[in-house]
Amino acid sequence: MFLIFCPHCREYRSEEEFHYQGEAHLVRPQDPRSCSDEEWGNYLYFRINPRGLHKEMWSHSMGCGRFFNVVRNTETYEIESTYLLEENSKDQKSKEIKSGNRTT
Amino acid sequence: MQRFSGFGLIGQALGYQEKWHRMWRNPSPKSAYDVVIVGGGGHGLATAYYLANNFGVKKVAVLEKGFIGGGNTGRNTTIVRSNYLWDAAAKLYEHALQLWEGLSQELNYNVMFSQRGVLNLGHTLQDMRDIQRRVSANYLNGIDGEVLSTEEVQAKVPMMDCSSSRRYPVLGASWQPRAGVARHDAVAWGFARGADSLGVDIIQDCEVIGFEISSGKITGVNTRQFGTIGAERVGCVTAGNSGVLASYAGLQLPIESHPLQALVSEPIKPILDTVVMSNQVHGYVSQSDKGDLVIGAGIDSYNGYGQRGSFPTIEHTIEAIVELFPSFSRIPMNRQWGGIVDVCPDACPIISKTAIENLYFNCGWGTGGFKATPGSGHVFASSLAAKDMDPIAAPFSIDRFYTGALIDEHGAAGVAH
Repeated sequence: MFLIFCPHCREYRSEEEFHYQGEAHLVRPQDPRSCSDEEWGNYLYFRINPRGLHKEMWSHSMGCGRFFNVVRNTETYEIESTYLLEENSKDQKSKEIKSGNRTT
Repeated sequence: MQRFSGFGLIGQALGYQEKWHRMWRNPSPKSAYDVVIVGGGGHGLATAYYLANNFGVKKVAVLEKGFIGGGNTGRNTTIVRSNYLWDAAAKLYEHALQLWEGLSQELNYNVMFSQRGVLNLGHTLQDMRDIQRRVSANYLNGIDGEVLSTEEVQAKVPMMDCSSSRRYPVLGASWQPRAGVARHDAVAWGFARGADSLGVDIIQDCEVIGFEISSGKITGVNTRQFGTIGAERVGCVTAGNSGVLASYAGLQLPIESHPLQALVSEPIKPILDTVVMSNQVHGYVSQSDKGDLVIGAGIDSYNGYGQRGSFPTIEHTIEAIVELFPSFSRIPMNRQWGGIVDVCPDACPIISKTAIENLYFNCGWGTGGFKATPGSGHVFASSLAAKDMDPIAAPFSIDRFYTGALIDEHGAAGVAH
């Protein structure tokens, strides 16, 4: 079970308050009408699904209701950091927001 | 291969059980094979068995990074059924079910396939309409099934609370009498023993860490323990790790890996002689021959490779089972575990060629791969032998995520199994 730091509420809250939203930083095609089938397929269905660090979007659906991103290790389940959608995970600022380790 | 029989058992008993052979060899890999199967779970071993037995491809190796059947094959809840809505899926799972029916005889190994029937409960009017539709679709595909009323369900499962006062009253169910359960480990062992006796090399503790590819064509696999092993064709059947394996070949799959948890209670006297599944309250339960209740439900929502999940998911599973069977609330649970399932967006598998010639994938079975074990192995073996996809497997090509011809079983089969 995870304790997740919501960067909006600035609090550690239980996993049950959150909703997983899948891979982060997916960008909708700029010009959808000119997309090939392959581009649409890749955007809609193909995911990186790494064994290791994964940037993913969560929503605090039972709390503030807002979205944010999490960097989490999919093998150890350890949460490295959480950051706001507009931030880049590499920013020093977001790195300071260290989430609690998993308490599985 | 030492054939098993009743007389053999008596003979061995008289010989103090000292003359049993090992069920399969433990060979070192040869330098090259016609077909290398990556992944020694049920599906991989079944593929190897059918390649050698039905399609005459004898130079086959199965490479397994751990021990055979140590992944999802030994972690599932063993339910076998074929009452899928869409034609392509129904044909694939029914093909598997027909192979299940003769499997113990074919392998000379008791896989304890028990056709005790599966109930899929309906709790709302819409559930019942969906059940009507699915059973009718099953009829058209030659798959047995009936729609049962509340009273008929209650008669089949007296322990279940079917009273109308429940939060989720049981309004009826679909009933597939030919469905049931099988002994999961025995399936892996039976296929391994059968494949081995036909000359297939089963190589355990052999992890594939890369592919040898020259000018868009596969020529071998790199392993951690044995270096490069040559292969004319490679079939990847690595549930729970397909995405990682695909990335070694520079490919991406429309798959996300999730933990799926299950649990068993302590053994109790016979209380449930069928399988009960419910989409609406989201859980399923059966009783094993040993007496323990085998319980499962949905995946953990997040991606994970950890073979464990979160407590809230287990809590929801138990809530669902206790909703259906209030009397089960007092039964202590014995063990709980997780496996990693590769889930496709349309909840159907990928059995496909890839952009690399002679590299094939059979993956993405999600939460319901066990039931398909012999069918999956058979159609994949047929495809590998012919270097062309078997007609039953053809609709499950990875191309469907570009053409849009998805097989949307998510809404149809509903429950995670």
